[in-house]
Formats: sequence, structure tokens, C-alpha cells
Amino acid sequence: MTHLTLSLVEIATPILDRHHNDPTRLLQILHDIQDELDYISPETMEYLANKLEIPITRVQSVVEFYSFFHAKPNGKFRILFSDNITDRMLGNKDLFDHMLNRLHLEPDTVSEDGLVSVGMTSCTGMCDQGPALLINNMPITHLTPRRIDEICDLVKSGLPVSNWPSHYFKVDNNIRRADELLATAYNMGDAIKAAVAKGAQGMLDEMKRSNLRGRGGAGFTTGVKWELCRNSQSDERFIVCNADEGEPGTFKDRVLLQSFAGHVFEGMTIAGFTTGAKQGFVYLRAEYKYLVKSLQIFLENMRAAGFLGQNILGIDGFDFDIEIHLGAGAYVCGEETALIESLEGKAGRPRIRPPFPVTCGYKNKPTVVNNVETLCKVTEIARRGGAWYEGRGTRQSTGTKLLSVSGDCARPGIYEFPFGVRISDVLEECGAKDVIAVQISGAAGVCLAPHEFHRRIAFEDVPTAGSFMIFGKDRDMFEVALNFAEFFAHESCGFCSPCRIGTSLVKDMMQKIAVGRGTKYEINEIQRLRDQMKNFAHCGLGQTAGNAICDCITKFRPAFDKHLSSRDFLPAFDLELSLARSREVTHRDDADAHLGAK
Amino acid sequence: MDTQVSSQPQKVAKRKIRVATTSLSGCFGCHMSLLDIDERILQLIEVVEFDRSPITDIKHCGPCDIGLIEGSVCNSENVHVLREFRDNCNVLIAFGACAVAGGLPAQRNHLDIGDALREVYCDRTGLGKQIPNDRELPLLLDKVHPINEVVRVDYFIPGCPPSGDTIWKFVTDLIAGHMPRLEHPLLKFD
Ligand SMILES: Cc1cc2nc3c(=O)[nH]c(=O)nc-3n(C[C@H](O)[C@H](O)[C@H](O)COP(=O)(O)O)c2cc1C
Ligand code: SF4
Ligand code: SF4
Ligand code: FES
Repeated sequence: MTHLTLSLVEIATPILDRHHNDPTRLLQILHDIQDELDYISPETMEYLANKLEIPITRVQSVVEFYSFFHAKPNGKFRILFSDNITDRMLGNKDLFDHMLNRLHLEPDTVSEDGLVSVGMTSCTGMCDQGPALLINNMPITHLTPRRIDEICDLVKSGLPVSNWPSHYFKVDNNIRRADELLATAYNMGDAIKAAVAKGAQGMLDEMKRSNLRGRGGAGFTTGVKWELCRNSQSDERFIVCNADEGEPGTFKDRVLLQSFAGHVFEGMTIAGFTTGAKQGFVYLRAEYKYLVKSLQIFLENMRAAGFLGQNILGIDGFDFDIEIHLGAGAYVCGEETALIESLEGKAGRPRIRPPFPVTCGYKNKPTVVNNVETLCKVTEIARRGGAWYEGRGTRQSTGTKLLSVSGDCARPGIYEFPFGVRISDVLEECGAKDVIAVQISGAAGVCLAPHEFHRRIAFEDVPTAGSFMIFGKDRDMFEVALNFAEFFAHESCGFCSPCRIGTSLVKDMMQKIAVGRGTKYEINEIQRLRDQMKNFAHCGLGQTAGNAICDCITKFRPAFDKHLSSRDFLPAFDLELSLARSREVTHRDDADAHLGAK
Repeated sequence: MDTQVSSQPQKVAKRKIRVATTSLSGCFGCHMSLLDIDERILQLIEVVEFDRSPITDIKHCGPCDIGLIEGSVCNSENVHVLREFRDNCNVLIAFGACAVAGGLPAQRNHLDIGDALREVYCDRTGLGKQIPNDRELPLLLDKVHPINEVVRVDYFIPGCPPSGDTIWKFVTDLIAGHMPRLEHPLLKFD
């Protein structure tokens, strides 16, 4: 055995033991191994495949699928700049270039000494305190050139990130408006006790009376979801908390997990009590890995207080416990069936629905998937009842809603409003002036122009998962659309052709327009591709991928027109230049070795 | 269609629709698929006349109603042929994954074309040590492109290759003056 294999065995054995050699825990195992070895080598993959008794192709496909796993050395320090539009508006590109200069690096390449690599990643959920980056999965916010210099010095010193001064990793809550959820004092166990007092059927009735709808985007009625799960014939059921929060511009789930974890965990426990599930999972996006430790301490405290584990509150058979699973940098894993695949230790490709998770989810057992915020709202209903809950908000959208406000405003952060609040009221409250557009519900959502600011946040008008990005009068809405196009092309899981190809084509055409080679033809093509994706893509990612871009085209046409050529058509690239390399290696310069521009 | 024409004796026989086809950087699979329309080709040639095409061996394309392009744009000759088609065809159609999206030939896009040529022509035993540089040879573009990155394209028929039935449906729709429509199972992307 070589030296390397020895150390691999030494490192992997305790990790595999900790995860009981369970292949459904493959992502967690890979995270732990990568923390030690910096990357997953072919040798490591083979070793894991043998130990877990799964095909090596499965390990390879997982490593390849997730952008936070690396099959090649990727540096002792892995730095990823958040590249949401709000980061771009705060100047992340300049800071990125500044860091590359300081470290004498090219993007996405490892320094020769193997010390560091620097790249870009999708929104990291720090939009209210950007520009932000992740270093070995730890967030650093409020970046300035000076901060970048300090980070570069620390990197060069080689000091492990875990030993860096903790102030670098401070993440603010920025709660600007608190209502029922954020303003009510928390007392551990109150909600669980209240639910138990109602009994499982009673709690379900309250849920249905409350008319609570899911906060993850689709807005399905939570009580109905729970009932379907409860009524499914099965020996096992599962509760999954969707904490993947990948929608650009959303960060409310981060705040809830950072400071309101008790609400989340009690909501899950009540869901377990009501549906008969005994195991819960929090599927946490890897960007929020920094929260794992505090969440685990919280879970320990709940166990110690008898609110998790066996016979909760002394009730025979009321068993429920919660495990935290980390994602690995894939937006599509927020889609509930992709999430379940990922929880099972596989690449996060959305399943074909039906069957829906409520009857056939995790390990093909009935599974409730709920958003973090939805689960918090459950505790309100347990404590105060469905009838009371239903009294807030609008008819079809009861209760309050957390909005993650970012972009051009004086006070970015979290705003809790009753459903039905007007866009203009939110803008007023956060101190936004001269707004030309608001992007609601992230890149997958809708882009509203000022004449629509009287509209209301509610499922019956403007539905949202919570993202609220504001664009002031100096912003170029073409740049916004370009950022979204790049986002979707990057995040498409590649499973179905309409989305895999469609998102790439849209991105290519947007980039073509950006460099001045676009014409009306591209604008028409983008709109056509949007329709194709909407009608034929397999999951919500592809189905919504073109929406915001087409909204921008419709509502902010001048921003596009100024980039367009009046010609009928222009090639996407410089034909003459594209022969340069061949001319060079063949030493040709005759007339046929040129194409000229056309 | 013929009966209609003959029932109106004042009209001379309707002009046949001119169609040109070519394969740029493709495998001719799409053209083989075109031949899969089998005996329907007899119906086709009653209303259609082929201009430049592997079927006719005509070397240059004259004014046409419809141009069908197989394959992606990989070298300078592909560019010239494609431009000739665009200049001459009223309606230009990309048929097959290569023409639509780059397809198989675009697999080389992550390689440097200089390195690729060197590896093939210089680094192997038994071959010379020189990258062919005859003027007759078209130069390779640094990247392979779908045809709509070089000229405006009116329609796309996906598939590798699109089936004979798919091509038949599309072309006959177009000839009949309808908006061509492809639906499952004719519309497929692989
Ligand atoms: C591409 C995509 C990404 C999604 N991301 C999330 C997410 O990050 N968090 C979330 O709660 N729901 C997300 N969803 C919605 C989930 O599929 C699911 O509807 C939701 O978790 C159900 O919980 P709820 O009923 O409490 O809203 C996403 C859906 C799609 C199609
Ligand atoms: S729509 Fe996109 S993200 Fe969804 S399955 Fe298809 S390729 Fe994957
Ligand atoms: S699309 Fe497929 S069949 Fe057609 S030329 Fe390309 S590789 Fe050949
Ligand atoms: S993380 Fe920077 S904007 Fe979302």
C-alpha cells in the first residue's frame, strides 16, 4: 500500500464509521472527506464505492453533479464569490479581479503551490450584506478592497480558516420589521405541548382551518399535504425541512435557522406528531454550513429537554428526531423531488411526478417536504389555533410573510408583513427611492415595473417565496436579465433537453447581445425559447427559467434596444478571429485562410 | 394537388418548389433520415425540384424556396456553403442536433484546436511531423458552432437524427403553406 492509500484509509475509516457505511449518506461522507483531503480523487472514489458497496459510477456522478465537490485538487483555500445580481450591483466583479491580482491567479485555477483557488458561485444568501464570498464554505460579507487584502494576507499565511478571527464570519440578521413570527418570544416546547394537547387529528384540523400555504414557492396548502401523508398506508413516514434556499435574493430561511431554529424544529416535530412520521431531516444548503454547529447544539438541548427522541412529553410512541443533511451547491436540489434524491445520497435530479412525495418520497415512503418558514408558521397555529391564524392576511393567503429585501434601498434585510401588503408599501418601509423595477420571488419570479407597484404580495396577486430585489434608476435591466440567464444555464441539472439546451441558448444569446452582436432575431428567439422551456421542461427550474428575462424584455425594452444592431442578423462571434489559431499552426495567410466579417 | 391544377386549364403547371440540401460538418445521418421517407420521395418530387444537394450532386446553390442544412459549422468551407445557402434560400432550416446545437462535432470545443491538430498530425508515429497546410484545405474554426450562430435560421428540427417521418411532416407542412408543427412522437431531442 502506498503512503497515500494508508492515509486515505486512516482518514476515511472514522468518517465511514460515523456514517454507518450508509450509502444514503454519501453527500455527508464526501463533505467530511473533502474537508480533510481538499478534493475527492479517483482513488478516494474507488475506495468509497467499495466500502459503501455501490458502483463507482454512482460516486462519480455525485461528485460531478454538485459544484461544491471537486474531483481535482482545488486548493487548501477555496474561495467563491457570490455572483447574484445584487452582488454585481455592489461591485463584486472589481473585488474579484482585485483578489485575483493580489494572488496572481486566473479564475477557477489553483495557485501553483496548491494553496488557493478563486471562482464565482450562485447567490449565497447574503444579499442584504453583500458583496459576499465563501471561503471553505464559511461566509464573509460586506466585502471591501481592504477586506479582500486582509483575506489575501490570511490566505498567504496559511492559517486554517477555523483559526481566523471570528469577526470575519459575522452574519447579521438585519430584521427590519417583525410581526407574529419574528416578534413573539420563544419558549422551548410551548408549541409542541399545545399541539399534543389538541391531539393529532385536532392539530390537523387546526392546520386545515388556518389555510396555511407553503412558503417555498408553490403555495400548496400545508394541512392538505400533511393529511395526504398521514392517510398513506406505510410503516414509515418522513418530514423534510427544505432549507436549500437557493433562489437568488432569498435569505429569510438563513435568518430563521440562525435565530429561530426552535420554531423550525418544533414545527417539524409537530408535523411528525400529526402525520405519524418519526424521522425528520433538515436539508441545509452547503452555503449555510456555518450554521450546522449551532443547529446541532440546539437539537441536543431539545433532546435533553425531552422535546425530541423517544416518548416525547412522556407520550408512549411519540418518537421523533431530526438529522441535518448538507447539500453541495445545487439550486435544483430545492425542488422537492431532487432534494429527496439528494437526501438519498444521489445526484439531485428531479423525479417524475406523480407519484408525489406525500405518498412516495424519501426511500419511497410518504414524505412531507416543507419550507423552513412554513414550519415556523406551524408553531403559531399550534399555539394560537387555525381560526386565529386565518384572521391575518388575505382570503387565500393567510398569516404573515417574510420578505428578503435587497438591492437599491436604505435598509435591506428581513421584513415580516401580513400577506396583502402592497409593493409600494414595502418600498416605502425599506427606504427605496426612484425605483425602476422590483424582481419578486427571485430569478424564477416576476419583474415588476413602477406601474405595477400598487399590486399586492399574495398568492391571488403576486405570489412569492420571499425574494424582493430592488433596482434603482441607474440600473441597467439588461444586466439584470443577463445575470438571470447565466444563473439558469449554470444551475440547470441537465436532465432534460429543453432546459439543458434552452438555458444555454438563452445565455449565449444574452451574451451575444451584451457584446453588441445581437439583433431583433435574438430577442424573438429568447421569447420563443422561453415558451419551449415553459411547456416542455421537466421541472420548475426549466419551466420558469425564461420568465424574468422575458419580463425584462417586455417592460424594459429600451435597455435591450440600446445593445441591438439594426442589421437583420450578425454572427455570434468574430469569424475572422476564429480562424486565427488555425492560421497560426498551419502558417497560412493566403486569401482562403481568411473569412472577413459579414 | 395535380387534379386541382388540371381543373384550372388557364393556369400552366404550377412552378415546382426548389429545395436545396447540404451537409456541413455532419455524419450524413440526417440525410440518410431524409431518405427514410422511402417511396414518399416520389410524391415529393411531383411538387419539389432539388437544387444543390447530395442527391443531385449540383455543386452550387441557385435561388431556392427551401434550404435544409445538416451538420454544424466547423471550418471555413462550411461558412462559405452556409452563406451561399442563406443568400439563396427563402427559408433556411437547421435539421439535426449538429445544425441546431453543434452536436457531436462540438465535443471538440473544450480542446484547443492547435493542440488537437498537433496531436493528430505530429505526435503520432507513422505520420509526418506537419499539420497539413495546403491552400485547398479549409481551415478549422477554433470552435464548432450551430448554424444559427453564423446566419439567421428560420426553423429548427431537433433530433439526432430527426426521423424520416419528422422531416416528411415538417417539409410537407411547409410546402402546403402551413406553419410547420411537430409534436410528440415526432418531436424529440435525442
Ligand atoms: C428549481 C426549484 C427550486 C426550489 N427551491 C426551493 C427552496 O430553496 N426552498 C423551498 O422551500 N422550496 C423550494 N422549491 C419548492 C419545493 O419544490 C417545494 O414546493 C417546497 O419545498 C414545498 O414546501 P412548502 O409547501 O412549505 O412551500 C423549489 C422548487 C423548484 C422547482
Ligand atoms: S428542467 Fe432543468 S433542472 Fe429541471 S430536470 Fe430539466 S434540466 Fe434539470
Ligand atoms: S444530428 Fe446526428 S445524425 Fe444528424 S449529422 Fe449530426 S450526428 Fe449525424
Ligand atoms: S448572496 Fe449575494 S446577493 Fe444573494
